[in-house]
Amino acid sequence: MSSNTPGQGGGRYVAPIEETPVVAVDAVDESQKAQSVWGDAWQAMRKRWLFWLCAALIAVIVVVALFPQWFTASLPTGGACKIGQSLDPASAGHPLGFDKQGCDVFSRILYGTRSSVTVGLLATLLATLIGGIIGALAGFYGGFLDSLVSRLGDIFFAIPTILGAIIVMQVMPWDRNAITLSIVLAVFGWPIIARIMRGAVLTAKNSDYVMASVALGLSRSKILLGHVIPNALAPVIVIATVSLGTYIVAEASLSFLGIGLPPSIPSWGGDISTAQGSIRQAPELIFFPATALAITVLAFLLLGDIVRDALDPKARARR
Amino acid sequence: MLWYIGRRLLQLLPVFFGATFLIYFLVFAMPGDPIAALYGDRPPAESVIEQVRAEYNLDKPFIVQYLLWIGGIFTGDFGTTYSGRAVIDVMVHAFPITARLALLALLFEAVIGVTAGLFAGLRKGKPFDTVSLVVSLIFISVPTFVIGFVVQYVFGVKLGWINPSVSSAATWLELIVPALVLASVSIAQVLRLTRASVAENAGADYVRTAKAKGLSRGRVVRVHVLRNSLIPVVTYLGTDLGTLMVGAVITEGIFNIKGVGGTVFDAVKRGEGPTVVAFVSVMVIIFMLANLLVDLLYAVLDPRIRYVK
Repeated sequence: MSSNTPGQGGGRYVAPIEETPVVAVDAVDESQKAQSVWGDAWQAMRKRWLFWLCAALIAVIVVVALFPQWFTASLPTGGACKIGQSLDPASAGHPLGFDKQGCDVFSRILYGTRSSVTVGLLATLLATLIGGIIGALAGFYGGFLDSLVSRLGDIFFAIPTILGAIIVMQVMPWDRNAITLSIVLAVFGWPIIARIMRGAVLTAKNSDYVMASVALGLSRSKILLGHVIPNALAPVIVIATVSLGTYIVAEASLSFLGIGLPPSIPSWGGDISTAQGSIRQAPELIFFPATALAITVLAFLLLGDIVRDALDPKARARR
Repeated sequence: MLWYIGRRLLQLLPVFFGATFLIYFLVFAMPGDPIAALYGDRPPAESVIEQVRAEYNLDKPFIVQYLLWIGGIFTGDFGTTYSGRAVIDVMVHAFPITARLALLALLFEAVIGVTAGLFAGLRKGKPFDTVSLVVSLIFISVPTFVIGFVVQYVFGVKLGWINPSVSSAATWLELIVPALVLASVSIAQVLRLTRASVAENAGADYVRTAKAKGLSRGRVVRVHVLRNSLIPVVTYLGTDLGTLMVGAVITEGIFNIKGVGGTVFDAVKRGEGPTVVAFVSVMVIIFMLANLLVDLLYAVLDPRIRYVK
């Protein structure tokens, strides 16, 4: 990376060899704080235009998810849908026309953003929390806890997430909404995070700085929280960012099957399923939610790729 | 090798019982009346509830219920569908169709994904590489069901090149297009994986040595680059079976294929709980066995990870 080459800018200044007496070649500007992994990653990311494109896209998506009412005056559900305007073409205030149920398509897509983003973020957050905590404890304390947790993880890992979710959503006694759906996806999604966290914690546990902390007399929990976890977090963050996109696809697929979110909650997957019913009269109705879905998933997947490149120095060198 | 297989099978046992127990637990130990949950919005008559209660052994202790259920699966007793057909009958008819579909999909993944990935990896940064990367990203981010619809509508309904709905015989020829749809996401993933692997190996020392020895370019690529690049790809193809099974539910649903996935799709749409659970359980079991197979294949392909651990 350029910041490590002599004579060039960047976080750390290393003097050019020919201008420096031999003793000072290794001198590092100590007034500058040493760059952390995160600082390095940020430096690597901010130089890529693709990162800014994804960040801008995601910012727009999140704003739409939070405040869909800013962009449209029509409501996506309930009384706003009139069967009399079924499949009506676009008109003023309704730029994409109406679907078979007479709901405003533009409004349903804007409000559907909320379902996708909520499920994506919440499922990722839950899976990362559950998997991260379990994996960190298993890796750090080892022994019986480790064996127990690893076997438990194997069991959940053996069931493909969407297949597991199909079973649970099919028999679920509670309301189907973004929160319950996220919980179900996280229940089948945590083992992968736990595995990665456990591996990273095992590596960090045997490093010199942890030895030093032990020698300094720090308590086990302080070492785990203060030294091991922060240093084991990078691979977990990478997997979490990538899985965000896959959870969004999972929500859409389940809603498309009719066991994700109910029709009263606008969801792109559900809308695509509805549009299937009127494909001969209005084929374009499939393309609007599908495009929204594809752009959202693409933005999160690309961000995951970029974060991976930035956090994994080996991948960076290969690029 | 036999030792290794035996030990892996032994290790699989607790996972197998754990996973099936989990499925059983999720379905039958959910709060609320499990029977009402199985039937969805249409509560059955009192006599039906009693009958189903006995049928699912709900009057017995939980662990006994589970053992009876798993015993049933092993003896081919999966219960009956709403229309009164034994689930096993439906399965016997459905499995060959899905096996054909999955085989075709795997074939497309291997042929198209590896070939395109190889060319992209060898010509990194050239137009073909850039185009294939962009196309693969599009396929990865557009979910299978959308691709399925678009293909069905454009080629089936608008252009009339294919029959939008596959016949109940589901011949190899008819399954080509659905298999392409099913494989689309995975083709893109295989392409990216092969490309990265080839690009990495193309710069390896042994490739330089092979070139220095004066081997032809074709031989260097085939024997030295490709062979070493295929290890991660083969592993991916194996674990991809889980993706293919989920994809089959959606693809078979769209093209009206009466395979395993299509049956699950219809059962989900109709709210036929017992059928969904029976079929998905079997899919999970197949997925587990396939994962074992991949692990074994991995040990065979890569001498560095042979048998002993």
